[in-house]
Amino acid sequence: MNVAVITFPGSNCDQDCFRSVELAGGSPRYVWHREQSLGDADAVIVPGGFAHGDYLRPGAIARFSPIMGAVIAFARDGGLVVGICNGFQVLCEAGLLPGALLRNESMRFQSHDCALRVERSGTPFTRDYRKGRVIRMPLSHADGNYYADPETLAALEATGRVVFRYSDARGTVSAEANPNGSLNHIAGIVNADGNVLGMMPHPDRAIEEALGSVDGLPLFTSLVGSGAGTAAHTEVA
Amino acid sequence: MAAPQPRSGDPPITPDLVDEHGISPDEYREILAIMGREPTFTELGVFSAMWSEHCGYKNSKRLLRLLPTKAPWVIQGPGENAGVIDVGGGYALAFKIESHNHPSAVEPYQGAATGIGGILRDVFTMGARPVATLNSLHFGDLDRPRVRYLFSGVVKGIGDYGNCVGIPSTGGEVYFDRGYEDNPIVNAMCLGLMRKEDLIRGTAEGVGNTLMAVGARTGRDGIHGATFASEELSEGDDVESRPQVQVGDPFTEKLLLEASLELIASGHIVGIQDMGAAGLTSSGAEMAGRSGTGVEMDVALVPVREQGMTPYEILLSESQERMLVVAAAGREDAVREILEKWELEAETIGSVTATGTFRVLEDGVAVADIPALPLTEGCPTYERPGEESAEVRNLRQMDISGYMLPPAGLEEAFLAVVGSPNVASKQWVYEQYDTTVRANSIERPGGDAGVIRVPGTNRGVASSTDCNGRHTYLNPRAGAMGAVAEAARNVTCTGAVPMAITNCLNFGSPLKPHIRHQFREAVLGMRDACSYLETPVTGGNVSFYNETDGQAVYPTPVIGMIGVIEDLDTIVRHSFRGAGDAIFLLGANRGELGGSEYLYAVHDLVAGEPPRVDLQAERALQRCLLAMSSRGILASAHDVAGGGLAATLVESCLGRPRAGDGVGASVRFTDDLPDAALLFGEDHGRVVVSCAPNEEERVRRVASDHGVPCTRIGTVTVAGSPLEIETRASTLRLDMDVLSDQYFGAIPSVMNQAV
Amino acid sequence: MNRFTVEVLVTPRPGLLDPQGKAIHHALASLGYDSVEDVRVGRAIYLDIEAGSAAEATERVEDACRKLLANPVTEDFRVTAAEPACGAVR
Repeated sequence: MNVAVITFPGSNCDQDCFRSVELAGGSPRYVWHREQSLGDADAVIVPGGFAHGDYLRPGAIARFSPIMGAVIAFARDGGLVVGICNGFQVLCEAGLLPGALLRNESMRFQSHDCALRVERSGTPFTRDYRKGRVIRMPLSHADGNYYADPETLAALEATGRVVFRYSDARGTVSAEANPNGSLNHIAGIVNADGNVLGMMPHPDRAIEEALGSVDGLPLFTSLVGSGAGTAAHTEVA
Repeated sequence: MAAPQPRSGDPPITPDLVDEHGISPDEYREILAIMGREPTFTELGVFSAMWSEHCGYKNSKRLLRLLPTKAPWVIQGPGENAGVIDVGGGYALAFKIESHNHPSAVEPYQGAATGIGGILRDVFTMGARPVATLNSLHFGDLDRPRVRYLFSGVVKGIGDYGNCVGIPSTGGEVYFDRGYEDNPIVNAMCLGLMRKEDLIRGTAEGVGNTLMAVGARTGRDGIHGATFASEELSEGDDVESRPQVQVGDPFTEKLLLEASLELIASGHIVGIQDMGAAGLTSSGAEMAGRSGTGVEMDVALVPVREQGMTPYEILLSESQERMLVVAAAGREDAVREILEKWELEAETIGSVTATGTFRVLEDGVAVADIPALPLTEGCPTYERPGEESAEVRNLRQMDISGYMLPPAGLEEAFLAVVGSPNVASKQWVYEQYDTTVRANSIERPGGDAGVIRVPGTNRGVASSTDCNGRHTYLNPRAGAMGAVAEAARNVTCTGAVPMAITNCLNFGSPLKPHIRHQFREAVLGMRDACSYLETPVTGGNVSFYNETDGQAVYPTPVIGMIGVIEDLDTIVRHSFRGAGDAIFLLGANRGELGGSEYLYAVHDLVAGEPPRVDLQAERALQRCLLAMSSRGILASAHDVAGGGLAATLVESCLGRPRAGDGVGASVRFTDDLPDAALLFGEDHGRVVVSCAPNEEERVRRVASDHGVPCTRIGTVTVAGSPLEIETRASTLRLDMDVLSDQYFGAIPSVMNQAV
Repeated sequence: MNRFTVEVLVTPRPGLLDPQGKAIHHALASLGYDSVEDVRVGRAIYLDIEAGSAAEATERVEDACRKLLANPVTEDFRVTAAEPACGAVR
């Protein structure tokens, strides 16, 4: 499974994503933002960071980087795309995911562990999680407050596209467990076709016991396994 | 070569002009002797910057020579952009701490942000990738709105800059005391890792090699910042000082970081240095000075942001995110290509010469020509006698035995100490810093020391910054020794061997005898502790003139300590683990309350003899702890410092924020000491450890082998149970929820209120 | 061609939570500005642009707003082109 990790000049989680894919058994490759092609990639990760300094709005300038044309086309063709943190912001700006990420309600940058409830286990990104499981990983952002207009929000919920929700350690969602004011406690969503995931917390920082959590690893094994799974499925068919 | 002539428009060199440049009549005579003629206005500006306190260390250099700087593992000592030590496994660590006090006092957000920018550049110009930052911050009391403004601005500035560049913050310290009311201390430390062979220095070697200005353009910001940093602030300076504030651009910094590391790896360059304080002047002169060469540059070739800048302005601008690079002759295009990839500019501005002079042209016409070595090394140095102030002596000698009884009772005092901002959790601060980016943060802020993994290995680097300004105020020598001892103890608690320090010496005006006394005593204390504990000084920074209207800050020699853990599997954390674990105190209680948080928080008093340091006992304790951690017999280890045993026990029970419920503990002390002295004394040389019941005997045996007092003081109890403390005179039963609210809630309850 | 300075005002859409505006509102109230009923924080962007007319300059900048300068999900924008400055004519 070849995974392209997009690197913008201000990406700073590219190495973390690269390593996560490696640990999950995939073959990662960096793709510089000025390139125009994703090559032989089977999946794409848009990592966290400050792509172009987050000036104007996070992700607003990155969305026009040369590589984004290829990423958008890849996603429209059903290719698997994951955006983490700044990557989620980029995918929203690029129109691959609905809604926007506003300034945290606290008005501060927040960096700490959070608990997430896995809402969907059937996606190509969460097949190695059990539905309802509570996972723990760091978050680290100033603009993670998920917003979408009421119709979009209703559609997300109705079609089960909320994949991760902020919760407490027992899986209960509440205002206290919501770190940034996100509507419906949303931490991660998929697009209508289910092949593009965006999430604010960092599974790429929860891949080893030494870091305090391995709860992020199943996301990468799901992703890496998905490609293989699809291929096997095709063969049988 | 033609000697420089005054430019039209240059002011004539008068005694007043010389004085305005902070140059004394004696120093000016020295300049005339070096030059053999009257300097031009541009040259006077260059001397002024290079011979400022900030660049020339004129009031500190002689004393700093007393500090130990060598050890087999020290690769680079003081005098470079950063110190470098060997951390094993083929890796070297570059690290340094630096002050940004004055800019932060005027504009806290940009002042602190650019402080981070500068220290990152000092580290990556050595060829090392920054892997962690720490900050030592000292502010006035939080009940003052101005202090809250400075505090929140500084924290946001540090966060926004470091987060964007993507360097995890792994620790530091935050103190509040009225001794810092108008002069916050903002010290930033950075650690960077490299393969040993990738080390590069800030030198201008090889006559004929090319000088290139790299990164951001040069503007009029921060002109004479180096001189500014060397003068005390006075009422009304606020507005006038503003133009000297520089604005940071962390995104450009990130590009510069990546480009610099790529440049260094490429082999196209022979030297690289940050254009920090005194900008192009100091970087050019220092690089020439270190290699015994000369440099010649034309300011007309320097990319500028504004039109009509004079050579004086271009040479002294402190615009951020700029570097001076010495490219191997003929490799200029290759250098430019790398910079272009990172969307940065690189312009050839001059070359390395054999003349030994710092020569500057403007469109080919000489405007400055100064012997490089006298400029960088010839700054007159002073060591005038000092004298302790009678006021401090009286405070220190004050009998504090009458303050043993807390007016509102022991329990109230306990809660007041745990909830004082100095002891309370700094979660509000460090959660605004990215602490986990790069996925190598093994121990995040909130424990004794931060631990970062050397990527791709199981080796760790621990770091801590420490200085208790109150202790240093009352007794500079004991306070400075204590800072080294505490920093070493913090690092050792995680299982790391203390290796070396960097220091940031924040003091008032050296023109005053009592400040000179403080400085000398602090240096001597540091010398003794660093020599004995074998942690040499590899560099750092001196910041004088931290005064407003004659009122100086507490003498604050901040120690940035580095330790190495060979095997991260042996790491020890600060929080208690399992109910039933045995709790021990290593070291002895002496009940030293001088300069304590208890006296400040409960009696509003800064007085008494601060805790003394027994270096022999410290070393024995360190070795004992390391023997315990390497054998894997400890469940936790936590240093006793500010707030005494009370703070240590509460922190060990509560553990980290957001980490769950914590545990309780049941503890009993038999020491024959007053309750306040026992629970809140800040005596050095103590660590509270815990272990599983079956390791109890081994803990006792290792302690006895090392001659370290080891007392079983209690047992860890299940979550939900209280912290019970029994002394000879009293019994305390403290609800953990109440303690948690005090400890975690103290700072947010002040900072989250309306403006 | 003339040179126009075009001002773009980007504001949060009505009804959208604006924490910054809320914080400033709160601060103003605590300073005694009781009559302030609402505060919303946006941003102003100034562009110097060559165009044949103010209308043309406005139109081009509005296009840039839709693409980049504002986020249609959360923000509204207003574009105003000033008359060409004296001496700006080439």
